[in-house]
Amino acid sequence: MAAYTNDVAGKKDGNSIHARRFVAYLVLILVTFICLFWFYILFINATRSNSELSTGFRPTPSSHFFENWTNLKEGTLPIFTGMINSLVIAVLTAGLATYFSTMTAYAIHAYEFKLKNAMFTFILMIMMIPTQVTVLGFLQLIGNIGLDNNPAALIVPAVASPAVFFYMKQYMDSTLPLSLIEAARIDGSGEFRTFNQIVLPLMKPAIAVQAIFSFVSSWNNYFTPALVLHDDAKKTLPILIAQLRSADFLKFDMGQVYMMIAFSIFPVILVYLVLSRYIVGGVTLGGVKG
Amino acid sequence: MNKKSKVVRYNKWGYIFLIPFIVIFLVFQMIPLASTIYNSFFENYRAGLKQIGPNFVGLQNYVTIISNGDLPTYFKNTMIMWVMGFIPQILLSLLLGAWFTDPSLRLKFQTFFKTVIYLPNLIMASAFAMLFFTLFADSGPINSILLQLGVVKEAFKFMSNEWSVRGLVATMNCLMWFGNTTILLMAGMLGIDPSLFEAAQVDGATANQIFYKITLPLLKPILIYVMITSLIGGIQMFDVPQILTNGTGDPMRSSMTLIMYLNKHLYSKNYGLGGALSVFLFIITGILSLVVYKFTNSKEK
Repeated sequence: MAAYTNDVAGKKDGNSIHARRFVAYLVLILVTFICLFWFYILFINATRSNSELSTGFRPTPSSHFFENWTNLKEGTLPIFTGMINSLVIAVLTAGLATYFSTMTAYAIHAYEFKLKNAMFTFILMIMMIPTQVTVLGFLQLIGNIGLDNNPAALIVPAVASPAVFFYMKQYMDSTLPLSLIEAARIDGSGEFRTFNQIVLPLMKPAIAVQAIFSFVSSWNNYFTPALVLHDDAKKTLPILIAQLRSADFLKFDMGQVYMMIAFSIFPVILVYLVLSRYIVGGVTLGGVKG
Repeated sequence: MNKKSKVVRYNKWGYIFLIPFIVIFLVFQMIPLASTIYNSFFENYRAGLKQIGPNFVGLQNYVTIISNGDLPTYFKNTMIMWVMGFIPQILLSLLLGAWFTDPSLRLKFQTFFKTVIYLPNLIMASAFAMLFFTLFADSGPINSILLQLGVVKEAFKFMSNEWSVRGLVATMNCLMWFGNTTILLMAGMLGIDPSLFEAAQVDGATANQIFYKITLPLLKPILIYVMITSLIGGIQMFDVPQILTNGTGDPMRSSMTLIMYLNKHLYSKNYGLGGALSVFLFIITGILSLVVYKFTNSKEK
């Protein structure tokens, strides 16, 4: 197809193809610039001292990176506790969401039972309903059962993640043959063992993609954690960012503010640089089918 | 007979494996939904130190949030900012998607470009908003650059102008989501039968004609899907305007969104009005979800 098109294009309007390609690259470079520009300023400004920052913008880095880092580290915001809290919640959320969504998808995929189709339809229908609309009742509930101010209230609900379930179901439809499960049964493997030792390893690629997405969305989540967690020692990074915003801004050391923002987004950028291929590929698999 | 009973014995495992999902869903989503709806019919708030209610007031809460103008205003704000972000986003995504999938262009470094445009989607929205707040502050780097270039004579107060605050929110939403949309649209474009393009080229159609007459009409289902899921996301808009305006929605509450308004009621523990607002949001997102469900389901078959 590509070669064929090029033949026609090459004879007829080679110039127009070159012109279009030139425009395309120009726009793409511009878009790349717009995407990265903000992070460039962020990292440049994180290397500059408060007094340098107040004199106006310079495009070159300065030498106060470690000074800003030390000041932030020893400052009033509990950034390390915040990072550990964010990390623990995000890892456990990703673990529960992927394990139990795979299990739910397996139930629908591998077994024939009366409510199977009804259940599948139901999960698809509730998939898009945002958590915000039930958060009022959720807060009352966790208050009643003693989970208020407890990170478990943010982790345990991940067991029911319809969107992760849907992705797992799609993946199973294309890669998990029922004959394999049949074979395991003939070999005398119990159903639960089959799931854990045969199905889960086969689902590894899908689990990896969804674990990354669950991790990132939990790491970035601000709305629910801000309503659930009240103690300083339990707060996650987005809550600390919000505190930074509501503090008296002019009294702040701006070098520290930039350092704090960089500190919160740096882990995700790092993960992304290593795993971007899987992440970008995963978007398509999950979002639209064919 | 023996075989059949075995199948039945296995199939009970279908139910067993569904237990965790169902239990957690009922406890953490169904019960909260029911009690949110229940709350919406009661007057229940604090006035100073005094607790008012809960007293049954019927539909009074719904009447209040609509008639005092709060709900219509914040709904309008949310929609304006969504549209301002969505239109450039979908146009840019269509353009980039068409270029990436056009075999005659044969663009190089595609992986690099896709990696870059998807990056903002993964950035913590609250940190991104905080970054924009510092960058666009009166004495921030953007004003500094504009002054140095001589574009403006004195610092432009981005945070004091209704349209510049809305514009910043829309810009951030657009930046965060156009990469995701591009990748979804590309999947749709790659799904179109290539022989259609070949036939059109043989007939002498230009790249523009092919895009408008073939790609766009065949892409309509995916475009609608993208638009509705984006609309559902837009209704949930919270982190960016909340952090950017420190929860005030200033200037003059012109960037206050529906969820920011809900958040306010949750903090002040006004469960009656908060409940009515939640039910309103539930109905809108519920209707939109049904549309998405229809799309997902028709593709299933």
